[in-house]
Amino acid sequence: MSLVDRTAIELLDLMAQGAATSVEITTAYLDQIERYDGAVKSYLRVDRAGALEQAERIDERRKLRQPLGKLAGLPIAIKDVICAQGELTTCGSKILKDFRAPYDAAIIRRLRHADAVFVGRTNMDEFAMGGSTENSAYQTTGNPWDLSRIPGGSSGGAAACVAARMAPLSIGTDTGGSIRQPAGLCGVTGLKPTYGRVSRFGLVAFASSLDQIGPLAKTAEDCALLLEVIAGHDPADSTSVDRPVPAYSQSVRQPLAGLRLGLVREHFAEGLDSEVESAVREAIRVYESLGAKVVDVSLPHGKYGVATYYVIAPSEASSNLARYDGVHYGHRTDLARMNQELAAERAALEKQGAVADLDTPLVRMYRQSRAEGFGAEVKRRIMLGTYALSAGYYDAYYLKALKVRRLIRRDYDEAFAQCDLIAGPVTAAPAFKIGEKSDDPLSMYLVDLYTVSANLAGVGGISIPCGFTAGLPVGLQLQAPPFEEERLLRAAHMFQAATNWHQRFPDLAQTAGAHA
Amino acid sequence: MSAPYDIVIGLEIHVQLLTQSKLFCGCSTRFGSPPNTQTCPVCIGMPGVMPVMNRRAFELSLRTAVALNCQIATYTKWDRKNYYYPDLPKGYQISQYDLPFSHDGWLDISDPKDKFQPKRVGIIRAHLEEDAGKSMHDEAAGQSDSRIDLNRTGTPLLEIVSQPDMRSALEAKTFLNELKLLLTYLGVSDCNMQEGSLRVDANINLHVHTPDGKVPTPIVEIKNMNSFRAVERALEYEAGRQYQVWQETGRRLGEVPKQTRGWDDQANVTRGQRHKEESSDYRYFPEPDLVPVTVSESQLAEVRAGLGELPAALRTRLEATYGIKPYDSDVLVNQGPPLVDYFVELATLSGDGRLASNWIQQDVLRELNDRQLTIETFPVRPAAFADLLSRVKRGDLDTSRAREVFIDMVSSGRPAEEIIRERGITQVDESELIALCRELLAKNPKILTDIKEGRTKAAGALIGQAKKVNPNVNPSRLLEICLEVAPSL
Ligand SMILES: [Zn+2]
Repeated sequence: MSLVDRTAIELLDLMAQGAATSVEITTAYLDQIERYDGAVKSYLRVDRAGALEQAERIDERRKLRQPLGKLAGLPIAIKDVICAQGELTTCGSKILKDFRAPYDAAIIRRLRHADAVFVGRTNMDEFAMGGSTENSAYQTTGNPWDLSRIPGGSSGGAAACVAARMAPLSIGTDTGGSIRQPAGLCGVTGLKPTYGRVSRFGLVAFASSLDQIGPLAKTAEDCALLLEVIAGHDPADSTSVDRPVPAYSQSVRQPLAGLRLGLVREHFAEGLDSEVESAVREAIRVYESLGAKVVDVSLPHGKYGVATYYVIAPSEASSNLARYDGVHYGHRTDLARMNQELAAERAALEKQGAVADLDTPLVRMYRQSRAEGFGAEVKRRIMLGTYALSAGYYDAYYLKALKVRRLIRRDYDEAFAQCDLIAGPVTAAPAFKIGEKSDDPLSMYLVDLYTVSANLAGVGGISIPCGFTAGLPVGLQLQAPPFEEERLLRAAHMFQAATNWHQRFPDLAQTAGAHA
Repeated sequence: MSAPYDIVIGLEIHVQLLTQSKLFCGCSTRFGSPPNTQTCPVCIGMPGVMPVMNRRAFELSLRTAVALNCQIATYTKWDRKNYYYPDLPKGYQISQYDLPFSHDGWLDISDPKDKFQPKRVGIIRAHLEEDAGKSMHDEAAGQSDSRIDLNRTGTPLLEIVSQPDMRSALEAKTFLNELKLLLTYLGVSDCNMQEGSLRVDANINLHVHTPDGKVPTPIVEIKNMNSFRAVERALEYEAGRQYQVWQETGRRLGEVPKQTRGWDDQANVTRGQRHKEESSDYRYFPEPDLVPVTVSESQLAEVRAGLGELPAALRTRLEATYGIKPYDSDVLVNQGPPLVDYFVELATLSGDGRLASNWIQQDVLRELNDRQLTIETFPVRPAAFADLLSRVKRGDLDTSRAREVFIDMVSSGRPAEEIIRERGITQVDESELIALCRELLAKNPKILTDIKEGRTKAAGALIGQAKKVNPNVNPSRLLEICLEVAPSL
């Protein structure tokens, strides 16, 4: 078995036994990237030299029997929305094309402490806004199972690189489903932790009250290991919760006895692809065969989830993205040209006597810098959010959305009184074709239908591979009450111990090879 | 005749809190450092950073709000106030909007010279927010060049908003003085207006008396006032200006948008300011990066217990305990806690509060001022001073001789006793005084006649002559004796 097909746990064992070094492992992944990422385009930047240097150092320390971190020598890919000192962090946007963070994000510090090997930065929808990774200002990532299809988003690069065996571990972020949805569409395991479980310090904010960082990997066991490293309280993020971090990697192999799985009535309704539905129902039967009980639950306000999300997330985004104004950070328009244009406009307006309507140079600089730096989807959401927050509309939109958000959370509380986990589909259909929904933002927004409520309620969720339809992966979503990641991971591992969907790899030699 | 209008004034005061570090990061709040040297990724709003509340700033604000008799919210949250400005790095300011941590308090004011009736000024709210940076515009020769200093960005400000309860510029100034004094006693701010630690905006309009009742004029907000004196002058000027505008235009409240005017201290006028470039729609919404703050009953009780004696209570106590007048207690309390402590010690040791108060107000304050000293470094400590005052009280030496001794004590630091001995200051014997009086009256028949005919003031002219004979003569005793013996001569 090739090193790139191994799980993180297996790779750690190989290193512990002396059967492989970090340099060998890192090289294998880097070679895989070199071979196939030209076609998949999951990475924005790969740091071959830097990664090998880190790997060498860790091998050296292992040889000297020095203490090593929990991820020692394992390659990891980071979504390009998380700051690392001195490194570019573009958020998939032109506006941050040259931005180098002067500090490490909290999770980068934790990963360094765990001796992970950073191989590169993965592609994403601009500022994590999107469900297909088509909104990146730099490139469109392909789904490794079918490169003409999208990998999901916004953590499309993070999911695709794991599916394509270009990293055993990767870090994504999930604001409305951005880890679970691409994990589902790419056939990997991805976990969105409870809001507050992982520090957001250093994560470039999209919608602060919804964003959460989480792991993507080949298996639930690997996700458990990675979550154990990145979770925990951070004094620099007061919304990160001060609760002990369970030893997820230890408990993940213990099956859950008497598990009650809640099936959400509304999740199996109109719009769900029949093959996706049968894959999910088959997965539920696997759980039943393992002793789980299925109960019928309801999330009646879930149908407002997408609408609520598309008020709250853009509102917060409109504020979070205000700092990219051409004054402090980000792209600034060409001032010489701008001033020339402004002078010409002034001359024309003076003739009409309407010069009072003209921008001041400062306002024009803001406008033009932002117009040039942001892509269409980001602009759309900034406008939505600005509108929803503006005086006169605030009560009708933002405040109303907050109220619905509370109702959604209450639905979850009531559902979890009857079951331990909620099980259902991740997406209504498998990966669609690149470009298929580009002109239809509303249908694009519906890809978050099953995932977005977890963000609004702040609960955790995981996506695990549970089948295929026409050669494309189908994901099963499990959701748990707040801070029950242990339960999520154990349930996910139970399934993976009984099935082998997670062990299927796309045939890159065929898909990517043909493209390359 | 009274003015044909009432003046209505409300104040908005921004107070910089005495914290070592900024509201949401660890950067220093020191004044006067080179531009942009007191900044970090958090206060300049770098992508990905998050604010963490400075607990000390919240405690100081809580102290102030409790002292202002405010209701304290048990649950309070932060909001973002969104607007674009070059000195606002995040594109929003973290403030408190609909759930400030305190509201509905009051502060009592009165004028020691009784120029207005004592009154209670309502406090609408006090809330915490972060300051913005500073823009420096250089628009020389058509070339506009702007520089931005973000040292101030994130500095904790307590915004205190009063009800429009003040009816004159003097009331507004008195309110500010009383507030500043309170803040000083609480130790929450140094209130230095020059360094921007205390900034005042005033809202003012008139209720013009007309045959059809009182008509309100449009409200004007005045900014850029950098002393309390300037506030007073600006308000006086603005009241007159608004009356004139009303007479010319008859424009009422609501007919024109609220105007912002700046105070020009040199020209002594307010001037209309250019409309701000941002819109007034701040798009407030709850700050998702900060957890709400809760204040428990026990925390509140602790703050209440730790407040200490505040100026109003202190004045009352000084008047009651030491028998001094409101005017005097006001002067003493206005000097701040160290001087009050000094007074209390002196009054207790000398056993005469009024004497202690007079000496402090006339002599100590003058010496402090002349010698550029503070009461903490004043060389004459209360025990030594009390010794001198006891002697004055006993009549061992008169006020003018005592003042000589006092000034010597200040310069030399020696005890009164030593100075008195050295200068040969002793009490003059009663029989000696009677003999001296007889002698002087005999030498000055005109004065004797005057006294006999009831013009007793004439005796005053004898003091100088008596002092020449014996510098230790107590002038008041001398006068008494002269009047006693004159009829028999
Ligand atoms: Zn700072």
